[in-house]
Amino acid sequence: MQTLIFRTAAPYISSLMVLFSIFVTLRGHNEPGGGFIGGLIAASAAAVYGIAYGVPAVRKALYFHPMAIAGSGLMLSALSGVFSIFHGVPLMTGVWGSFGFLGATVDIATVVTFDLGVYLVVLGSFTSIALALEEREDG
Amino acid sequence: MHQEWVTLTVLFLPFVGALLAPFLTRFLNHQAAWPLAIVPALCFLHFTGFIGTVSSGQTVTGGYPWFESLDVDFSWLIDGLSLTFALLVTGIGTLIVLYAGGYLKGHPHLGRFFSFILLFMGAMQGLVVSDSFLMLFVFWELTSITSFLLIGFDHAREASRRAAIQALMVTGLGGLSLLAGLLLIWNITGANALSTLLEQGSALRDAPLYLAALLLILGGAFTKSAQFPLHFWLPNAMEAPTPVSAYLHSATMVKAGVYLLMRLNPVMGDTVAWETILPLFGGATLLVGALLGIRQTDLKLMLAYTTVASLGLLVMLTGFGSETAIEAAVLYLVAHAMFKGALFMVAGIIDHETGTRDVRKLGGIGKAMPITFAAAVLAACSMGGLPPFAGFLAKEEIYAGLGFANGWTILLTIVAFIGNALMFALGFAVALKPFTGEKVETPKKPHEGPALLWLGPVVLAALGLVFALLSTFSHGIISTPMASAVAGEPVSVSISVIPHIGLPLLLSLLTVALGVIIFIRLTSAREAMASTLQAIGWGPDRGFDQAIRGIIRLSALVTNRFQNGRLEFYLTATLGLLAASILIPMIALGELPVLPDFPDLRFYEWAVFLIAGIGLAAVLWARDRLTAVVSLGIQGFAVAMLFMLFGAPDLSFTQFMVETLSVVILALVLTRLNLQPSDHRPLGQKLLDVTIASFCGAGLGLLLLRVTQVPFNAGLSDFYAQYSRVIAHGRNVVNVIIVDFRGLDTLGEISVVMITGLAILALIRVATPRSTKTAAPAKKSEA
Repeated sequence: MQTLIFRTAAPYISSLMVLFSIFVTLRGHNEPGGGFIGGLIAASAAAVYGIAYGVPAVRKALYFHPMAIAGSGLMLSALSGVFSIFHGVPLMTGVWGSFGFLGATVDIATVVTFDLGVYLVVLGSFTSIALALEEREDG
Repeated sequence: MHQEWVTLTVLFLPFVGALLAPFLTRFLNHQAAWPLAIVPALCFLHFTGFIGTVSSGQTVTGGYPWFESLDVDFSWLIDGLSLTFALLVTGIGTLIVLYAGGYLKGHPHLGRFFSFILLFMGAMQGLVVSDSFLMLFVFWELTSITSFLLIGFDHAREASRRAAIQALMVTGLGGLSLLAGLLLIWNITGANALSTLLEQGSALRDAPLYLAALLLILGGAFTKSAQFPLHFWLPNAMEAPTPVSAYLHSATMVKAGVYLLMRLNPVMGDTVAWETILPLFGGATLLVGALLGIRQTDLKLMLAYTTVASLGLLVMLTGFGSETAIEAAVLYLVAHAMFKGALFMVAGIIDHETGTRDVRKLGGIGKAMPITFAAAVLAACSMGGLPPFAGFLAKEEIYAGLGFANGWTILLTIVAFIGNALMFALGFAVALKPFTGEKVETPKKPHEGPALLWLGPVVLAALGLVFALLSTFSHGIISTPMASAVAGEPVSVSISVIPHIGLPLLLSLLTVALGVIIFIRLTSAREAMASTLQAIGWGPDRGFDQAIRGIIRLSALVTNRFQNGRLEFYLTATLGLLAASILIPMIALGELPVLPDFPDLRFYEWAVFLIAGIGLAAVLWARDRLTAVVSLGIQGFAVAMLFMLFGAPDLSFTQFMVETLSVVILALVLTRLNLQPSDHRPLGQKLLDVTIASFCGAGLGLLLLRVTQVPFNAGLSDFYAQYSRVIAHGRNVVNVIIVDFRGLDTLGEISVVMITGLAILALIRVATPRSTKTAAPAKKSEA
């Protein structure tokens, strides 16, 4: 789709979507959201951008190969799960720690990194499928 | 015990070495052999520290809890048997690493080779000191896998690949049999470690399932130790580089099966089954191996078949059931590891320096390679059982152990006699033929190899002499503790190099005499053997190929039947079965739901309903496929709105995104498929499809209704609601379940997502032979 309006709006739309996807992922613990849905939104953002500007532009914007993103996400999740055994608790137990940030106490956990891993896997896998399919159109 | 963590470190040290090997090799090339040899040398030194304790008759055990809930420990057991094996594995390992540095000098993948060989050493060392069954099994399988990697090291050649796969299949299947056997023993006795099993005495022997356990264990031991008729993978494994043949396929790994039998002898031996099956298969292997060895002309293959024969001899002796036979097995095992390792390395040096291993094309190179020649002769003397070498002690003890008590033992003695004579001839054929006689032109001009090459064989061959000369000392630290561990009670090995007049000595002399005769007439014996084999025309090796071909043909048959490549067939079958599997039990068992009254809908609920209806109608009346796909998305969005209205924002959120992405991806796929834009199914097909679709929809709808009418057990949701905030610090129960309570499920799911992505990517690539960027693969697929 090469309409002027779409091409002009696409970068804004997709960057907003990426921002929103991160927001959705991070707030997932207390409000509706989470890594899976966040990853889907981010993948849609890549798809929107790809429809407007073509696959090479998306690949350039992503910098890494989408499958590499998915792979590192899977590793991040797995490592977050393994992390707990070094604390003497069974595999996949969430380990929590808190630190002060701008006067507020922030709780951070392996659960969050686990969810980020989910986000990356979903983003990477779906994007790579979508890109591979779009690419054949060009070729 | 302060030594525990040291032992644990030593057990993991080779794996660390394997990680470092490629980097060291990048900087030092083949000289990396020197620093890398420190790894096995350190392990060797650590194990020598146990000699004092073990030779005084004690057993060292130690370990750490592994899976506490299953009562499985990471534990080791060091007695005479495992200590001897550990010393052999690490000691010969040191020499092999050095030898490999010389042998594969300048090989582009030398670093990888070092890595593999250290991996194997770690696995083998772990195998022989393992106490817990699980650990034993894991290390056992690791040796199979590393053996696969090493045999297939030269992966560009098809013969290597075939040999590697063959070895992995045979030993891998044996490994499964071993696992089943160990689990069965665990079940029978309640012991899940060797040390506790050995304390139980004859509990296992008297169990009704003893025979089943024995057969399963033998399945593991016989495949690993290449017993007839499963011996064929071992000669094929000679495709591996010679350091591998010397280390894995003569000195260490193939003895793992013998190790297992020796280990279990105190608790499984001394039964009729044990003392029949083991000597029978061992004796057959001894004869077959030695006879087939006569036929070979390749130095390595000659040695490989004598290894098969030696393994047969060891199994026969282990199963014979007398203390002297066990002492003989122990002595022979140690002597064999030394002389066979040395001879293999000699064969490798000859190959390396002359360019051929064919015994008919070699001759008179002894002058050019005096050190190698000397090592070869020393090793062959031990192999032939000449005094004063270790092999002599072993042979005397073999004949003393077998004896002439009855027909059965006389038969076994004769088998051992013939086998030993054949091995005598083969050993000297390898050690003398290439070096003596007239000088023959070889592809390369022969000259002595570097120290890295001849160090290993010289040390091993000399050790064979020292072991026998200092027999009192070596029996004290090696033979007696090991034989006691195998026998399960204290025994004392006392044989020395000073010959005793008696029947064993007479038999030894006769063996040598027969061996000399065969050696002189080796060429005609070889031809006779070759024509006999040609007449038979079939062997287990060909049987293996036939079995593999059969399996492939069967799977092709099954695959073509069920995977005929027509998408309509798959969809019809899948959805038809889905509808049937829901509806038939529901109707047959009278579980149809009570249809509820239609509720009063608010106007906005009607609106959502209407949107879904419009989406569905649009799908049915759509002119082209793309419109249909998008219209289906409308229906999906309507469902997402329903979720929202009924208080499931997470679900609705996800539904929106999944709907969007699936419409995008489906639309992309449709444009790629080059389908006709509109639907041209014949009417009959359409009717069938409509029927299946309606049944699926009705089935799922009824199922949902039925499920909601079952009394709801709130236990789980109460638990999640109660603890989501307290334990997992999260208010969003759904997400907490996904990432925390059921995190392992999610980890599995994202792995599936990732693999699906990879598979789809691969499918898309396969389907585009003429891609713009990848011209080269396109050519390949056309060819």
